[in-house]
Amino acid sequence: MIQFCLRRLATLCVTLIAASAVVFVVMEVLPGDPAVVMLGTEAQPETLAALRKQLGLDRPAPERYVTWLAGFVTGDLGLSQTYRVPVSELIADRLAITGPLALAAIVLSTAIALPLGLFAAARHRRLGDAGVMAFGQLGLAVPNFWFGLLLVLVFSISLGWLPAGGFPGWQGGIGPAMRALILPAVALALPQAAILARVARSAILDAMAEDYVRTARAKGLTRRAALWRHVLRNAMIPIVTIMGLQFSFLLAGAIIIENVFYLPGLGRLVFQAISQRDLIVVKDIVVLLAGTVVFINFVVDLLYAVLDPRLRSFRT
Amino acid sequence: MSLGPGFGWHRYPALIAGAAVTLVLVTLAAVSLAWTPYPVTELVIARRLQGPSAAHWLGTDQFGRDVLSMLMAGSRNSIAVGFVAVGIGLTLGVALGMLAAARRGLIDEAVMRLGDFTFAFPAVLSAIMITAIAGPGAINAIIAIGIFNIPVFARLARGAALQVWSRDFILAARAAGKSTFRITLEHVLPNVAGLLVVQATIQFALAILAEASLAYLGLGTQPPNPSWGKMLNEAQTFMSRAPLLAVFPGLAIAVAVLGINLLGDGLRDLIDPKLRRARA
Repeated sequence: MIQFCLRRLATLCVTLIAASAVVFVVMEVLPGDPAVVMLGTEAQPETLAALRKQLGLDRPAPERYVTWLAGFVTGDLGLSQTYRVPVSELIADRLAITGPLALAAIVLSTAIALPLGLFAAARHRRLGDAGVMAFGQLGLAVPNFWFGLLLVLVFSISLGWLPAGGFPGWQGGIGPAMRALILPAVALALPQAAILARVARSAILDAMAEDYVRTARAKGLTRRAALWRHVLRNAMIPIVTIMGLQFSFLLAGAIIIENVFYLPGLGRLVFQAISQRDLIVVKDIVVLLAGTVVFINFVVDLLYAVLDPRLRSFRT
Repeated sequence: MSLGPGFGWHRYPALIAGAAVTLVLVTLAAVSLAWTPYPVTELVIARRLQGPSAAHWLGTDQFGRDVLSMLMAGSRNSIAVGFVAVGIGLTLGVALGMLAAARRGLIDEAVMRLGDFTFAFPAVLSAIMITAIAGPGAINAIIAIGIFNIPVFARLARGAALQVWSRDFILAARAAGKSTFRITLEHVLPNVAGLLVVQATIQFALAILAEASLAYLGLGTQPPNPSWGKMLNEAQTFMSRAPLLAVFPGLAIAVAVLGINLLGDGLRDLIDPKLRRARA
């Protein structure tokens, strides 16, 4: 198991370095002169020269890349051009919104999807099953930002139950902050839950058709006991796979949803940074989000090994 | 498989429903090239934010533009972006996948690892990077979505091609002296084409969703070209006064994506009935 984890960790490091190299090349090397991108072609030559010096553009690109990467390890991500504060501080502030939002969405989506998948599998080829399948198709088709707008229309504008957008901050108490996150979390979670429920249903049905379940039932296990002891554990592998893949869509979705609900999280920050041409902030956030997706896939790989010990040797 | 009178269309409801919706979508887009009820760039402030009426079936927006006309023109945009983005992914991805399956070894490993880390960049992240340096626009959105499609097709093509390469008729082709390239072109590709078409349909639907998301964020199609995502973005400001403005474009996206997904599901059932039995 330790060898398996070490190998996965090595793959994780290589992938993280490759992803950061791509971001660096796209954002610092391909544009030619990042100072011109940030200040525009009309900028004064002396202003451009000062920014080049500040960004260290007089140094060779590989050296700048290594310095930037080392900064990620030490937490020194540079200074935002627009806000004139360390990028690490900006990101930490905004993560206090994006983090709980993503977490709430994944918990909610799993809490809805797994019981629905079980329900559909238990009512295979009956009305409930068809309903869950239709819900899954809708989840694939409905864009989460539109669903967010519909939620605002119903629960904020028509009923006035929840805020339409904005964030009061955690310092004002957990209650108001959580209220502000309810609609965004539902908008993110429900389309994902619909897809996950379909996967869960198929995985449970597949596992239920396996010989070991028939054997367990023949040995006298009740349907419920066979389900809990044998089916669910085996069905978890495809479910966890899809959850890992969904995390990448969830992060992308969080960027969009934060803009729908005017939440000052990482998504809003990156868009403000684009409009202000603050390349330093954009670059750091893109790497952070891409790194998170890679890390989650690493965790999913480890979970495979926990769920199915056979994979520890096969997947190395 | 016969597609004659005994074909039994009733066994493929998803295919029929999906094909019908897709046909309507393509027809609306094609018609909008020559005609829309009102010109999409015509601004008439006097008729702004009107509800549905006989003159404007789906109402008008904040600039007095006819919503139905804009939806028709927007479908053209969605189809074009989806078509090119999937085309990029299909062409490059299938080429890479075929190469990996034919050569194996280091090239195979490189293609698979490339796919691994491309997954770290969903279309929105790629678009953010591209927009930050090159500015927003439909072309940049297409590139961002297309890049994300490459590993999807590369992995699928590689996996399917590997199975074909192990078949006896490939051995026979080798014995007949055919080159790897010729075998790929004449035997492997035709055998995996069905699978690729089905995946292309699914990716097309995802591309429409991704384009709408990017346009909503202001990273995709730019005004005055109509786009469903952009329409939703503009409608958000007027939601309390004209809520339907935020309903119709979203409905158009959902129906289009649902229809194309159903078409993909139906095609998969048609190509491989075993899958249908397994999933039912």
